[in-house]
Amino acid sequence: MTRAPASAAAQGLCSCHVCQLVSRRPRFSSPAHCPRCGATLHFRKPGSIQRCWALVIAAYILYIPANALIMMETGSLITYRKDTIVSGVVHLWKTGSWMIATIVFIASVAIPLLKLFSLTLLLISVQRRSTWHPRQRTRLFRLLEGVGRWSMLDIYVVTLLAALVQLGSMATVKAGPAAIAFGAVVVLTMFATMQFDPRLIWDPLQKEDIHD
Amino acid sequence: MADRPVQLIACHDCDLLQRDIALNPGCTASCRRCGAVLYRNATDSIDRTLAYTLAAGILFLVANVFPIFSIEVQGDRSAITLFGAVLSLWQQGMEIISLMVFVTAIVAPALELISLTILLMPLRLGLAPPSHTLFMRTLQFIEPWGMVEVFMLGVLVSLVKLTHNFRVIPGFALWSFGLLTLLLAAAAASFSARDVWARLDPRSQGEVAP
Repeated sequence: MTRAPASAAAQGLCSCHVCQLVSRRPRFSSPAHCPRCGATLHFRKPGSIQRCWALVIAAYILYIPANALIMMETGSLITYRKDTIVSGVVHLWKTGSWMIATIVFIASVAIPLLKLFSLTLLLISVQRRSTWHPRQRTRLFRLLEGVGRWSMLDIYVVTLLAALVQLGSMATVKAGPAAIAFGAVVVLTMFATMQFDPRLIWDPLQKEDIHD
Repeated sequence: MADRPVQLIACHDCDLLQRDIALNPGCTASCRRCGAVLYRNATDSIDRTLAYTLAAGILFLVANVFPIFSIEVQGDRSAITLFGAVLSLWQQGMEIISLMVFVTAIVAPALELISLTILLMPLRLGLAPPSHTLFMRTLQFIEPWGMVEVFMLGVLVSLVKLTHNFRVIPGFALWSFGLLTLLLAAAAASFSARDVWARLDPRSQGEVAP
Protein backbone atom coordinates (compact mmCIF):
# COMPACT_ATOMS: atom_id res chain seq x y z
CA MET A 1 0.00 0.00 0.00
CA THR A 2 1.35 3.41 -0.91
CA ARG A 3 1.36 5.83 1.94
CA ALA A 4 -0.86 8.82 1.27
CA PRO A 5 0.24 12.10 2.86
CA ALA A 6 -1.23 12.05 6.34
CA SER A 7 -3.78 14.57 7.47
CA ALA A 8 -3.60 15.56 11.10
CA ALA A 9 -7.07 14.17 11.80
CA ALA A 10 -6.14 10.73 10.44
CA GLN A 11 -3.39 10.61 13.10
CA GLY A 12 -5.74 11.66 15.87
CA LEU A 13 -4.20 15.11 15.94
CA CYS A 14 -6.31 18.21 15.96
CA SER A 15 -5.25 21.76 15.23
CA CYS A 16 -6.92 24.44 17.32
CA HIS A 17 -9.11 26.77 15.25
CA VAL A 18 -8.10 29.75 17.37
CA CYS A 19 -4.36 29.37 18.01
CA GLN A 20 -3.39 26.62 15.49
CA LEU A 21 -1.69 24.50 18.15
CA VAL A 22 -1.64 20.84 17.17
CA SER A 23 -2.61 18.52 20.00
CA ARG A 24 -3.61 14.89 20.39
CA ARG A 25 -7.26 14.18 20.82
CA PRO A 26 -8.96 10.82 21.36
CA ARG A 27 -11.32 10.36 18.42
CA PHE A 28 -14.69 9.74 20.01
CA SER A 29 -14.28 11.21 23.45
CA SER A 30 -16.19 13.96 25.20
CA PRO A 31 -15.43 17.54 24.12
CA ALA A 32 -11.73 18.33 24.31
CA HIS A 33 -10.11 21.71 24.82
CA CYS A 34 -6.95 23.23 23.45
CA PRO A 35 -4.17 23.02 26.05
CA ARG A 36 -2.88 26.47 25.10
CA CYS A 37 -5.92 28.69 24.60
CA GLY A 38 -8.80 26.63 25.96
CA ALA A 39 -10.92 26.70 22.79
CA THR A 40 -13.09 23.67 22.07
CA LEU A 41 -11.28 21.34 19.66
CA HIS A 42 -12.93 20.07 16.50
CA PHE A 43 -11.37 17.89 13.83
CA ARG A 44 -13.61 19.67 11.30
CA LYS A 45 -15.96 22.63 11.63
CA PRO A 46 -19.11 21.09 13.16
CA GLY A 47 -22.11 20.88 10.80
CA SER A 48 -20.11 22.65 8.10
CA ILE A 49 -22.00 21.33 5.07
CA GLN A 50 -25.51 21.69 6.48
CA ARG A 51 -24.94 25.22 7.79
CA CYS A 52 -23.25 26.28 4.60
CA TRP A 53 -26.12 24.91 2.47
CA ALA A 54 -28.70 26.69 4.63
CA LEU A 55 -26.92 30.02 4.27
CA VAL A 56 -26.34 29.57 0.52
CA ILE A 57 -29.99 28.70 -0.13
CA ALA A 58 -31.14 31.70 1.89
CA ALA A 59 -28.77 33.87 -0.13
CA TYR A 60 -30.13 32.48 -3.44
CA ILE A 61 -33.67 33.34 -2.36
CA LEU A 62 -32.76 36.86 -1.31
CA TYR A 63 -30.78 37.37 -4.51
CA ILE A 64 -34.10 37.57 -6.39
CA PRO A 65 -35.55 40.63 -4.59
CA ALA A 66 -32.06 42.14 -4.49
CA ASN A 67 -32.09 42.31 -8.28
CA ALA A 68 -35.81 42.72 -8.98
CA LEU A 69 -36.54 45.56 -6.55
CA ILE A 70 -35.35 49.17 -6.59
CA MET A 71 -31.86 49.80 -5.26
CA MET A 72 -31.77 53.57 -5.51
CA GLU A 73 -34.19 56.37 -6.37
CA THR A 74 -32.63 59.54 -7.70
CA GLY A 75 -34.59 62.66 -8.49
CA SER A 76 -33.82 66.19 -9.55
CA LEU A 77 -35.86 69.01 -11.11
CA ILE A 78 -35.65 67.48 -14.57
CA THR A 79 -35.26 63.74 -14.11
CA TYR A 80 -36.53 61.05 -11.84
CA ARG A 81 -35.04 57.58 -11.94
CA LYS A 82 -35.63 54.32 -10.15
CA ASP A 83 -32.70 51.99 -10.57
CA THR A 84 -32.21 48.33 -9.85
CA ILE A 85 -28.65 47.12 -9.47
CA VAL A 86 -28.32 46.18 -13.14
CA SER A 87 -30.11 49.23 -14.57
CA GLY A 88 -27.88 51.39 -12.39
CA VAL A 89 -24.81 49.83 -13.97
CA VAL A 90 -26.28 50.24 -17.46
CA HIS A 91 -27.10 53.90 -16.76
CA LEU A 92 -23.54 54.52 -15.57
CA TRP A 93 -22.20 52.89 -18.73
CA LYS A 94 -24.46 54.92 -21.02
CA THR A 95 -23.57 58.21 -19.35
CA GLY A 96 -19.90 57.57 -20.02
CA SER A 97 -18.61 56.43 -16.62
CA TRP A 98 -17.19 53.17 -17.97
CA MET A 99 -14.65 52.84 -15.19
CA ILE A 100 -17.21 53.20 -12.40
CA ALA A 101 -19.72 51.04 -14.28
CA THR A 102 -17.14 48.25 -14.50
CA ILE A 103 -16.21 48.50 -10.81
CA VAL A 104 -19.85 48.46 -9.70
CA PHE A 105 -20.63 45.58 -12.08
CA ILE A 106 -17.80 43.47 -10.65
CA ALA A 107 -18.68 44.25 -7.03
CA SER A 108 -22.48 43.97 -7.24
CA VAL A 109 -23.14 41.46 -10.02
CA ALA A 110 -20.07 39.35 -10.76
CA ILE A 111 -18.81 38.71 -7.21
CA PRO A 112 -22.16 37.69 -5.62
CA LEU A 113 -22.88 35.30 -8.51
CA LEU A 114 -19.34 33.91 -8.42
CA LYS A 115 -19.71 33.30 -4.69
CA LEU A 116 -23.10 31.60 -4.92
CA PHE A 117 -22.16 29.33 -7.84
CA SER A 118 -18.73 28.49 -6.43
CA LEU A 119 -20.08 27.63 -2.99
CA THR A 120 -22.71 25.41 -4.63
CA LEU A 121 -20.01 23.67 -6.67
CA LEU A 122 -17.80 23.20 -3.61
CA LEU A 123 -20.66 21.88 -1.48
CA ILE A 124 -21.84 19.38 -4.11
CA SER A 125 -18.30 18.16 -4.83
CA VAL A 126 -17.61 17.69 -1.11
CA GLN A 127 -20.88 15.85 -0.54
CA ARG A 128 -20.13 13.50 -3.42
CA ARG A 129 -16.69 12.92 -1.88
CA SER A 130 -15.14 13.94 -5.16
CA THR A 131 -11.38 13.75 -5.65
CA TRP A 132 -11.52 16.09 -8.62
CA HIS A 133 -8.76 18.76 -8.62
CA PRO A 134 -8.64 19.33 -4.86
CA ARG A 135 -5.92 21.96 -5.20
CA GLN A 136 -7.93 24.03 -7.66
CA ARG A 137 -11.03 23.80 -5.47
CA THR A 138 -9.05 24.93 -2.45
CA ARG A 139 -7.77 27.88 -4.46
CA LEU A 140 -11.31 28.73 -5.46
CA PHE A 141 -12.29 28.75 -1.78
CA ARG A 142 -9.41 31.07 -0.88
CA LEU A 143 -10.46 33.40 -3.71
CA LEU A 144 -14.02 33.51 -2.29
CA GLU A 145 -12.69 34.37 1.16
CA GLY A 146 -10.70 37.27 -0.19
CA VAL A 147 -13.14 38.71 -2.67
CA GLY A 148 -16.48 38.51 -0.84
CA ARG A 149 -16.17 41.72 1.13
CA TRP A 150 -16.02 43.91 -2.00
CA SER A 151 -19.71 43.33 -2.65
CA MET A 152 -20.44 45.80 0.14
CA LEU A 153 -19.44 48.57 -2.27
CA ASP A 154 -22.95 49.39 -3.46
CA ILE A 155 -24.25 49.55 0.10
CA TYR A 156 -21.66 52.19 0.95
CA VAL A 157 -22.36 54.17 -2.22
CA VAL A 158 -26.12 54.21 -1.52
CA THR A 159 -25.48 55.23 2.09
CA LEU A 160 -23.21 58.12 1.19
CA LEU A 161 -25.43 59.42 -1.61
CA ALA A 162 -28.67 59.08 0.34
CA ALA A 163 -27.18 60.84 3.34
CA LEU A 164 -25.57 63.66 1.40
CA VAL A 165 -28.24 64.52 -1.13
CA GLN A 166 -31.00 65.59 1.21
CA LEU A 167 -31.64 69.08 -0.07
CA GLY A 168 -35.43 69.04 -0.24
CA SER A 169 -36.94 69.73 -3.65
CA MET A 170 -33.62 70.31 -5.40
CA ALA A 171 -32.51 66.70 -5.52
CA THR A 172 -33.19 63.49 -3.68
CA VAL A 173 -31.48 60.16 -3.42
CA LYS A 174 -33.23 57.37 -1.55
CA ALA A 175 -32.14 53.85 -0.82
CA GLY A 176 -34.69 51.33 -2.05
CA PRO A 177 -35.84 47.98 -0.61
CA ALA A 178 -33.33 46.06 -2.75
CA ALA A 179 -30.53 47.52 -0.64
CA ILE A 180 -31.67 45.47 2.37
CA ALA A 181 -31.99 42.27 0.34
CA PHE A 182 -28.63 42.83 -1.31
CA GLY A 183 -26.96 43.58 2.02
CA ALA A 184 -28.43 40.35 3.38
CA VAL A 185 -27.02 38.41 0.39
CA VAL A 186 -23.55 39.81 1.08
CA VAL A 187 -23.68 38.99 4.79
CA LEU A 188 -25.18 35.51 4.25
CA THR A 189 -22.58 34.52 1.66
CA MET A 190 -19.82 35.77 3.93
CA PHE A 191 -21.15 33.62 6.77
CA ALA A 192 -21.51 30.69 4.36
CA THR A 193 -17.87 31.01 3.32
CA MET A 194 -16.82 31.08 6.98
CA GLN A 195 -18.84 27.94 7.70
CA PHE A 196 -17.36 25.98 4.82
CA ASP A 197 -14.43 23.83 5.88
CA PRO A 198 -11.88 23.50 3.02
CA ARG A 199 -10.33 20.47 4.73
CA LEU A 200 -13.41 18.50 3.68
CA ILE A 201 -12.18 18.86 0.07
CA TRP A 202 -9.12 16.79 0.98
CA ASP A 203 -10.73 14.17 3.21
CA PRO A 204 -11.89 11.82 0.42
CA LEU A 205 -8.17 11.31 -0.37
CA GLN A 206 -7.78 9.68 3.03
CA LYS A 207 -10.55 7.10 2.49
CA GLU A 208 -11.67 7.67 6.04
CA ASP A 209 -14.63 9.45 7.52
CA ILE A 210 -13.83 12.27 9.86
CA HIS A 211 -16.55 13.86 11.91
CA ASP A 212 -16.82 16.78 14.28
CA MET B 1 13.78 11.31 16.97
CA ALA B 2 15.57 14.56 17.65
CA ASP B 3 16.28 15.75 21.16
CA ARG B 4 13.71 18.51 21.12
CA PRO B 5 10.12 17.52 20.39
CA VAL B 6 9.20 17.74 16.71
CA GLN B 7 7.07 20.78 16.16
CA LEU B 8 4.08 19.96 14.07
CA ILE B 9 1.71 22.14 12.15
CA ALA B 10 -1.51 21.20 10.38
CA CYS B 11 -2.50 23.13 7.27
CA HIS B 12 -5.67 25.14 7.97
CA ASP B 13 -6.94 24.52 4.44
CA CYS B 14 -6.16 20.82 3.87
CA ASP B 15 -5.13 19.47 7.31
CA LEU B 16 -1.85 18.05 6.04
CA LEU B 17 0.49 17.39 8.94
CA GLN B 18 3.87 19.00 8.40
CA ARG B 19 6.99 19.80 10.36
CA ASP B 20 7.39 23.35 11.52
CA ILE B 21 10.77 24.59 10.31
CA ALA B 22 12.68 27.78 11.05
CA LEU B 23 12.47 30.38 8.30
CA ASN B 24 14.82 33.10 7.16
CA PRO B 25 13.49 36.63 7.80
CA GLY B 26 10.88 37.68 5.27
CA CYS B 27 10.25 34.13 4.05
CA THR B 28 6.94 32.34 3.88
CA ALA B 29 6.12 28.70 4.56
CA SER B 30 3.48 27.26 2.24
CA CYS B 31 1.61 23.99 2.49
CA ARG B 32 3.27 21.26 0.45
CA ARG B 33 -0.05 19.90 -0.75
CA CYS B 34 -2.49 22.79 -1.26
CA GLY B 35 -0.20 25.83 -1.33
CA ALA B 36 -1.84 27.70 1.56
CA VAL B 37 0.37 30.13 3.44
CA LEU B 38 1.11 28.43 6.76
CA TYR B 39 3.20 31.10 8.46
CA ARG B 40 5.69 33.84 7.76
CA ASN B 41 8.83 34.98 9.46
CA ALA B 42 7.70 38.57 9.85
CA THR B 43 10.59 40.76 10.93
CA ASP B 44 9.94 42.79 14.11
CA SER B 45 6.32 41.72 13.87
CA ILE B 46 5.27 43.16 17.23
CA ASP B 47 7.12 46.49 16.92
CA ARG B 48 5.97 47.15 13.39
CA THR B 49 2.37 46.10 13.91
CA LEU B 50 2.13 48.25 17.04
CA ALA B 51 3.54 51.27 15.20
CA TYR B 52 1.09 50.87 12.30
CA THR B 53 -1.77 50.25 14.73
CA LEU B 54 -1.15 53.40 16.78
CA ALA B 55 -0.80 55.53 13.65
CA ALA B 56 -3.98 53.96 12.24
CA GLY B 57 -5.79 54.68 15.53
CA ILE B 58 -5.04 58.39 15.28
CA LEU B 59 -6.07 58.50 11.63
CA PHE B 60 -9.24 56.56 12.44
CA LEU B 61 -10.28 59.29 14.91
CA VAL B 62 -9.46 62.03 12.39
CA ALA B 63 -11.35 60.19 9.64
CA ASN B 64 -14.44 59.94 11.82
CA VAL B 65 -14.44 63.51 13.14
CA PHE B 66 -13.95 65.47 9.91
CA PRO B 67 -16.33 65.49 6.92
CA ILE B 68 -15.55 63.10 4.04
CA PHE B 69 -16.77 65.52 1.42
CA SER B 70 -19.34 68.24 0.96
CA ILE B 71 -21.51 69.29 -1.96
CA GLU B 72 -22.49 72.81 -2.89
CA VAL B 73 -25.86 73.65 -4.40
CA GLN B 74 -26.53 77.33 -5.07
CA GLY B 75 -24.18 78.43 -2.33
CA ASP B 76 -25.74 75.96 0.08
CA ARG B 77 -23.09 73.62 1.38
CA SER B 78 -23.80 70.30 3.06
CA ALA B 79 -20.99 68.21 4.46
CA ILE B 80 -21.05 64.64 5.68
CA THR B 81 -19.11 62.58 8.17
CA LEU B 82 -19.19 58.80 8.28
CA PHE B 83 -21.27 58.71 11.45
CA GLY B 84 -23.51 61.44 10.02
CA ALA B 85 -24.23 59.21 7.04
CA VAL B 86 -25.07 56.28 9.31
CA LEU B 87 -27.37 58.48 11.41
CA SER B 88 -29.07 59.99 8.37
CA LEU B 89 -29.83 56.56 6.92
CA TRP B 90 -31.28 55.45 10.25
CA GLN B 91 -33.60 58.49 10.24
CA GLN B 92 -34.69 57.68 6.68
CA GLY B 93 -35.98 54.34 7.96
CA MET B 94 -33.19 52.18 6.55
CA GLU B 95 -32.15 50.91 9.96
CA ILE B 96 -30.69 47.61 8.74
CA ILE B 97 -28.45 49.20 6.11
CA SER B 98 -27.42 51.87 8.58
CA LEU B 99 -26.46 49.19 11.10
CA MET B 100 -24.48 47.24 8.49
CA VAL B 101 -22.44 50.30 7.59
CA PHE B 102 -21.97 51.19 11.25
CA VAL B 103 -20.63 47.73 12.11
CA THR B 104 -18.39 47.22 9.08
CA ALA B 105 -16.95 50.72 8.74
CA ILE B 106 -16.80 51.91 12.36
CA VAL B 107 -17.20 49.16 14.98
CA ALA B 108 -15.11 46.41 13.37
CA PRO B 109 -12.02 48.53 12.56
CA ALA B 110 -12.23 50.18 15.99
CA LEU B 111 -12.38 46.79 17.74
CA GLU B 112 -9.51 45.56 15.62
CA LEU B 113 -7.32 48.52 16.53
CA ILE B 114 -8.24 48.35 20.23
CA SER B 115 -7.56 44.60 20.45
CA LEU B 116 -4.21 44.94 18.68
CA THR B 117 -3.14 47.74 21.02
CA ILE B 118 -4.21 45.89 24.17
CA LEU B 119 -2.33 42.77 23.02
CA LEU B 120 0.83 44.29 21.60
CA MET B 121 1.48 47.23 23.94
CA PRO B 122 2.09 45.01 27.02
CA LEU B 123 4.13 42.54 24.92
CA ARG B 124 6.32 45.41 23.74
CA LEU B 125 6.84 46.48 27.35
CA GLY B 126 7.57 42.92 28.42
CA LEU B 127 4.34 42.40 30.35
CA ALA B 128 1.60 39.82 30.00
CA PRO B 129 -1.44 41.19 28.13
CA PRO B 130 -4.72 41.01 30.10
CA SER B 131 -7.23 38.33 28.98
CA HIS B 132 -5.25 37.69 25.82
CA THR B 133 -7.40 34.74 24.72
CA LEU B 134 -10.44 36.99 24.54
CA PHE B 135 -8.67 39.61 22.44
CA MET B 136 -7.01 37.10 20.12
CA ARG B 137 -10.41 35.55 19.48
CA THR B 138 -12.01 38.96 18.97
CA LEU B 139 -9.31 39.76 16.43
CA GLN B 140 -9.91 36.53 14.55
CA PHE B 141 -13.68 36.96 14.61
CA ILE B 142 -13.76 40.62 13.61
CA GLU B 143 -11.12 40.50 10.88
CA PRO B 144 -13.42 39.65 7.92
CA TRP B 145 -15.92 42.35 8.91
CA GLY B 146 -13.65 45.38 8.92
CA MET B 147 -14.14 46.85 5.45
CA VAL B 148 -12.40 50.21 5.47
CA GLU B 149 -10.81 49.57 2.05
CA VAL B 150 -14.18 48.73 0.51
CA PHE B 151 -15.67 51.84 2.11
CA MET B 152 -12.83 53.86 0.61
CA LEU B 153 -13.71 52.59 -2.86
CA GLY B 154 -17.36 53.38 -2.11
CA VAL B 155 -16.36 56.96 -1.28
CA LEU B 156 -14.54 57.29 -4.59
CA VAL B 157 -17.45 55.86 -6.59
CA SER B 158 -19.93 58.22 -4.88
CA LEU B 159 -17.54 61.09 -5.52
CA VAL B 160 -17.56 60.40 -9.25
CA LYS B 161 -21.35 59.95 -9.29
CA LEU B 162 -21.88 63.24 -7.47
CA THR B 163 -19.64 65.26 -9.75
CA HIS B 164 -22.21 64.73 -12.54
CA ASN B 165 -24.73 66.93 -10.76
CA PHE B 166 -22.95 68.85 -8.01
CA ARG B 167 -19.86 70.76 -7.13
CA VAL B 168 -18.07 68.40 -4.75
CA ILE B 169 -15.47 69.56 -2.25
CA PRO B 170 -13.25 66.80 -0.83
CA GLY B 171 -13.03 66.89 2.96
CA PHE B 172 -10.19 66.21 5.34
CA ALA B 173 -11.47 62.73 6.20
CA LEU B 174 -11.23 61.66 2.55
CA TRP B 175 -7.44 61.79 2.73
CA SER B 176 -7.46 60.28 6.21
CA PHE B 177 -9.48 57.31 4.97
CA GLY B 178 -7.06 56.82 2.10
CA LEU B 179 -4.09 56.73 4.46
CA LEU B 180 -5.99 54.64 7.00
CA THR B 181 -6.60 52.00 4.30
CA LEU B 182 -2.86 51.76 3.67
CA LEU B 183 -1.96 51.64 7.37
CA LEU B 184 -4.53 48.94 8.15
CA ALA B 185 -3.18 46.84 5.28
CA ALA B 186 0.36 47.35 6.59
CA ALA B 187 -0.68 46.37 10.12
CA ALA B 188 -2.45 43.25 8.85
CA ALA B 189 0.58 42.29 6.75
CA SER B 190 3.08 42.64 9.60
CA PHE B 191 0.92 41.03 12.29
CA SER B 192 1.65 37.39 13.00
CA ALA B 193 -0.82 35.67 15.29
CA ARG B 194 1.56 32.71 15.47
CA ASP B 195 4.33 34.82 16.98
CA VAL B 196 1.96 36.35 19.52
CA TRP B 197 0.71 32.91 20.61
CA ALA B 198 4.29 31.72 20.87
CA ARG B 199 5.21 34.73 23.01
CA LEU B 200 2.17 34.24 25.21
CA ASP B 201 2.98 30.62 25.96
CA PRO B 202 6.56 29.60 25.17
CA ARG B 203 6.08 26.34 27.07
CA SER B 204 3.84 24.64 24.56
CA GLN B 205 4.98 26.33 21.38
CA GLY B 206 3.93 24.09 18.51
CA GLU B 207 4.48 21.00 20.61
CA VAL B 208 2.31 17.97 20.44
CA ALA B 209 0.73 17.36 23.81
CA PRO B 210 1.22 13.77 24.96
